[in-house]
Amino acid sequence: MPESTQVVLTEVEAGQDLPDLSYDVSASTIVLGALASRDWRPMHHDHDFAVNRNGVQDIFLNTPNQAAWFERYLTDWTGPRGRLGRIKFRMKTSVFPGDTMVFRGRVEDVSTDDTGCGWVNVQVDLKVGDRVVTTCEARIAVPAATEDNPWDRRGESWRP
Amino acid sequence: MSEELPADIRGWIGEERYHEEGEFPVEMGYVWTTCSSVENGNPIFWDEAVARELTGGPIAMPTMISLWFRPHHWAPGRTREVQPLQVHFDLKARLGLPEAVMTDNTIVFGEPVRPGDRLKTCQVLHSVSEPKTTKLGSGRFWEIEVRYTNQKGDWVGAEHYTGFGYKREAPEPASKGGHDA
Repeated sequence: MPESTQVVLTEVEAGQDLPDLSYDVSASTIVLGALASRDWRPMHHDHDFAVNRNGVQDIFLNTPNQAAWFERYLTDWTGPRGRLGRIKFRMKTSVFPGDTMVFRGRVEDVSTDDTGCGWVNVQVDLKVGDRVVTTCEARIAVPAATEDNPWDRRGESWRP
Repeated sequence: MSEELPADIRGWIGEERYHEEGEFPVEMGYVWTTCSSVENGNPIFWDEAVARELTGGPIAMPTMISLWFRPHHWAPGRTREVQPLQVHFDLKARLGLPEAVMTDNTIVFGEPVRPGDRLKTCQVLHSVSEPKTTKLGSGRFWEIEVRYTNQKGDWVGAEHYTGFGYKREAPEPASKGGHDA
């Protein structure tokens, strides 16, 4: 992502689609994500445990790493001044090695709060084929104007 | 399972429990490893000059907030198993519900987390439902908040979890939703 990539609030409108992100998941993706997030639980690295104890088809992507994927997807679109306020996600099923995961987002709402901070609400579906794996509602601050920077906001001027 | 919620669990509701400090200070190695794991090329994490200009210096990916409290897999002298989200495991044990899934997770982000920060946390149980039966089994839903602050007392974020602890009533299906916890 170049530093010059930057979405400004005035360029965004409800109903706008974000570019898809597609990624082929391997066992290394799952294990790297689990260990990067210090999640040592065996269902994220031990195939036998996942199959015979958890009753699933393979090791699967862990929750904190899914959150990191959603962050990457959103800030790829906003650019580096995009600042996450909150994300809410609901996991319906799991991502396994061999899956191609696709992140697909749509702008639900655009607003400016009392402090002048620009906010974009985005609905993101993480899908594998036709299967929706996880749904995510995100609220992310973007510059209200070219010279604005949401990262400058502190205390009462940051209302996530 | 009794319909009545045990008095000790009722007493946990709204109470800040498990005040803890992270086992190690926030450091960039984990930030880069996490960015690498999701191929996140955002220059605020990789380019110090950009970080200085935009975020007042290096910061961690906001979604890494829970990472700083995940205990080492092993530590010298440790005599008991240490769990992140201990209130969740306390509920499972106290209510006799051996299985659990997390159904919803909300993360709210405050002040940026920076290398060198020593973060603190506590857990608050907000609610426990009446007994419920789902396709997974019979149990209860609960809502837990994890609060995070830095060494200066600044609020850096919070996580809200909805969990469902349950007993199985049928053989495990071949594939199921939610994530084991």
